Amino acid sequence: MKTRARRLLPTLGLVPFLGYLTVFLFIPTIIIVVGAFTDHGRASLTNIQGLANPTVWQALKQSLILSASTAAIGAVFGSLLAYALVSGNPSGLARRAATSVCGVLAQFGGVMLAFAFIATLSYSGSLTDLLRDHAGIDIFGSGWLFALPGLILVYSYFQIPLMVIVFLPALDGIRVQWREAAENLGATTWQFWRHVGGPLLFPAFLGSALLLFANAFASYATAAALVSQGNPITPLYIRAALTSEIILGRQNLAYALALEMIVVVAIVMAAYALLVRRTSKWLS
Amino acid sequence: MSRTPRQQRARRLRTFRITVFVALGLFFLVPLISMAEYSTRVNGGGRSGAAWAALVTDPDLRSGILTSLELAVLTVVGMIVLLVPTMVWVRLRVPKAARTIEFLCLLPLTIPALVIVVGIAPVYAWVTYFLGNSALTLTFAYVVLVLPYSFRALDAGLSGIDVQTLSDAARSLGAGWFTVIARVIVPNIASALLSAAFISVALVLGEYTFASLLDFQNMQVVIDYLGKSNSQASVAASLAALIFGFLLLLLLTLVGRRRRGEPAVLAPTPQPGQEG
Repeated sequence: MKTRARRLLPTLGLVPFLGYLTVFLFIPTIIIVVGAFTDHGRASLTNIQGLANPTVWQALKQSLILSASTAAIGAVFGSLLAYALVSGNPSGLARRAATSVCGVLAQFGGVMLAFAFIATLSYSGSLTDLLRDHAGIDIFGSGWLFALPGLILVYSYFQIPLMVIVFLPALDGIRVQWREAAENLGATTWQFWRHVGGPLLFPAFLGSALLLFANAFASYATAAALVSQGNPITPLYIRAALTSEIILGRQNLAYALALEMIVVVAIVMAAYALLVRRTSKWLS
Repeated sequence: MSRTPRQQRARRLRTFRITVFVALGLFFLVPLISMAEYSTRVNGGGRSGAAWAALVTDPDLRSGILTSLELAVLTVVGMIVLLVPTMVWVRLRVPKAARTIEFLCLLPLTIPALVIVVGIAPVYAWVTYFLGNSALTLTFAYVVLVLPYSFRALDAGLSGIDVQTLSDAARSLGAGWFTVIARVIVPNIASALLSAAFISVALVLGEYTFASLLDFQNMQVVIDYLGKSNSQASVAASLAALIFGFLLLLLLTLVGRRRRGEPAVLAPTPQPGQEG
């Protein structure tokens, strides 16, 4: 009896940590799942059915378009930029500064990135003014910056840097010796990338693209600061559901929308985990 | 004179690098330059620093910046108090729980902040009931938010030292657990603690989702709000915050430069499939 208590005692040291996570992470998640299936205190599918509403559906579709397109843009341009960085001096100041800039833009931008593009491309933005005055071009148009095309542009501004950060370690793993070996066997640059570099990097590339997708899908701050009217994407629909209490006549729609987001992100992350497992099998 | 294939390749690589740097450099620089131009322009011509002066003179902006700075300090303290003893304890006494703790720490990466906000609102009703309606209560949520990033930094630091031997030595000399953690382990992972703190500070200063939806006024909420009346001040504050964040991260890479092949603690690479 005494020895068993002794053995369990060290586990008690984890109680503060687990307690904290319970209150501020697990309980909120449980509240969402329970809330999504509850209406006026009773079990109900009303909120889930609310997800089938055409405007909610439209928001999800636009969210998926936004996430997929910026994941593709970010993955392509981000990997090019990462390769350009990796082919330089690895401990040079340029690379260090570039990764710091990427870190800031990828993860702390939020509201600030929205204002960066408001300063650039809004009606009286710097670039808009410049093109209007000197080239007679109206780049503002009918306000595309504040709709889906604008979101795609602004999201690219943090997706490309994020790709650089997550893809750099994979590129660092490509050894110069492999390149030299291929060259000694007479391979051209194209052949090296087609048969050696490409296949080696492809899983990491795809995995990074999935992370980018999840990242764009979960982003809120940039879109919230940029778009003040309408709910073109799911996160903004959640804002509307939270701030206006009752939307579409449903009290707990926000919970159902949050659950929808969890499901989408979980599917993407499960695919990512599968990919990582397959990659690590032959990398190690 | 004909070039060898190797020289040709070097030339092509140089062209490729220059093209990429110029094209993407423009994409990234134009908005930043525009921010500087936009925030200093005066209607009818000329330049003025009025929008930048608003960073300290505007009462809302000033209090928002102060709130965010206070939150940053409190979050760092909370994160260290919660995470360091737990991680040391796991290594010393319950190594079986290591994978579980890692999984839990990385979990906030896979649950979007927006989703946590939706569920945390009822919890915050209790928090404000006990602690009052202060923006500083956001600390609780922010500690969860910075958990994955801090965990990575601290984990790298703890892996670099022999926690077991250090603690055995200290305890054989009569040190208690508090002394072991605070006076033996912590000084040995100072640079990891610094990394964790930097990342947390940067994350907190950029945080908008929790604050705006829980109705608290931190820096980002004020910047967003101000955008409707004085967009020049918002743009100035945004640029200032971005530059501050950049300097913070640059310092971070200098602190962590001794760790080789540093796997970028910033990279959000959660592995939800690795159950322990």
